[in-house]
Amino acid sequence: MAYSNKVIDHYQNPRNVGSLDQNDPQVGTGIVGAPECGDVMKLQIRVDDQGRVTDAKFKTFGCGSAIASSSLATEWVKGRTLEEAEQLKNTEIVKELALPPVKIHCSVLAEDAVRAAIADVRRKQEARTSAGAGAR
Amino acid sequence: MAQKLIYLDNAATTPVDPRVLEVMLPYYRENFGNSASRNHQFGWVAEEATENARKQVAAVINADPKEIIWTSGSTESNNLAILGAARMYADKGRHLVTSLIEHKAVIDPCKFLQSQGYEVTFLQPDNKGRVSVEQVREALRPDTVLVSLMFANNEIGTIHPIPEIGALCHEKGVLFHTDATQAFGKVPVDVEAMQIDLLSMSAHKIYGPKGVGALYVRRKKPRVRLEPVIYGGGHERGMRSGTLNVPGIVGFGEAARIAKEEMPAESKRLAGLRDRMWAGLSEHLTDIARNGDPQHCLPNILNVSFLYVEGESLMMGFSDIAVSSGSACTSASLEPSYVLKNIGLGDDLAHSSIRFSLGRFTTTEEVDYTIKSVVRTVNHLRAMSPLYEMAQAGIDLSKVEWQHH
Ligand SMILES: Cc1ncc(COP(=O)(O)O)c(C=O)c1O
Repeated sequence: MAYSNKVIDHYQNPRNVGSLDQNDPQVGTGIVGAPECGDVMKLQIRVDDQGRVTDAKFKTFGCGSAIASSSLATEWVKGRTLEEAEQLKNTEIVKELALPPVKIHCSVLAEDAVRAAIADVRRKQEARTSAGAGAR
Repeated sequence: MAQKLIYLDNAATTPVDPRVLEVMLPYYRENFGNSASRNHQFGWVAEEATENARKQVAAVINADPKEIIWTSGSTESNNLAILGAARMYADKGRHLVTSLIEHKAVIDPCKFLQSQGYEVTFLQPDNKGRVSVEQVREALRPDTVLVSLMFANNEIGTIHPIPEIGALCHEKGVLFHTDATQAFGKVPVDVEAMQIDLLSMSAHKIYGPKGVGALYVRRKKPRVRLEPVIYGGGHERGMRSGTLNVPGIVGFGEAARIAKEEMPAESKRLAGLRDRMWAGLSEHLTDIARNGDPQHCLPNILNVSFLYVEGESLMMGFSDIAVSSGSACTSASLEPSYVLKNIGLGDDLAHSSIRFSLGRFTTTEEVDYTIKSVVRTVNHLRAMSPLYEMAQAGIDLSKVEWQHH
């Protein structure tokens, strides 16, 4: 199977590889997939007080399309608000990377990773507000 | 990037040796006759050619030329051996013994027989891919008619204890078939010394043409009879009808001749390159594991798991080198290699494995270039692998609760 040029580009020059501090209250972490299934994605976002994603990082174990999907997802969520980031659809990833049908699951996984990271940071924010309320 | 593609997938298929092609060509042109035409020169020339090839192929395994049946390849040879023996000896019994790491061309005919009321025992090899004689002995029953175990495995190169299993089968009066597709022409095979009754071979794994193979069928002690799979004009002692692929068979014969002649030097050279590859990878990379049995293996196959990186993404990093992966992503089934799973590798390790299979035209420079490319790619991918990061942090990956999807 031949890869699209965009997949190859993300594979060779992945954007935003790395890790953020998982314990930072402004960082949301999503880890999806399983080694036995052949792909694991870790996607992290840092969110400022206005609820905007200021940074995003990923690490992925998986095929080239999985790497490219998560790399692209980090690029797309940066600068968006959480509400906007939540709108990210796997079909957009499929289109942008020209993924063949057998690789659609890679884009689904990237979407899941974004959602998991958003959910994580929201949970932290809620915990903080309720903790703050309780202190008063 | 190298200018030229490097081919390290010789267990999948091999290029036709130019010397082989040379001897084939006249049989497409002027010597186009049908070897079954008994009444003119065209037929005689063709027949002489296929009979000469029969001698050449028989010589590699110490068989009598009369014991060679031409087929379209090992898939057909395996089907003929297994279905043919099971049907011919159904009155004697309906039990077969094979292993879990056979090629699909053995497993699927066995499964078909199961659907027809036969019983099949699939032996589980050890973690190096070997089935022991004791396992076979324990599996044998009074109604066992056939044991089918591959000579050498196509993914990991492990060689089974063939002579011991052959002796056991003969002692018990059970027929012994071996799929020798990967071993034929690469390591010594002797149907007499090893007491083999049926043996599958294929031309395209030994620098011959695709779509040509043979089945060795023992004629004496015991005389093996097979119910054909293909019926027709009664060619090949009635066991395989159909006009012979004369140019292909001529090519197979020449390929067999060359393989036999060059085997002593070539198997040493290949083992040297394989060891060089493993040494080079081990020197530059941590967390890699060699799959198979280094004590009992083909000289040309090296199967390696690169922990924390996925096989298809690895292959993408050295796209100028052709190899095979145990990863699901490269197969239509989306299942990782059943061979690796059945020698006890977890799915995660199976996803991380690569098979390098070297061949006649592989050079030292190619091996060195491959080592460099693989090391660079593994490092590139580990830098972005969440599994590598977790392992480095001391997390036991088997204890993590993953989100299966
Ligand atoms: C062990 C083994 N058996 C059988 C086959 C099938 O051989 P053929 O391609 O000649 O049908 C192969 C090759 O893929 C093989 O490696």
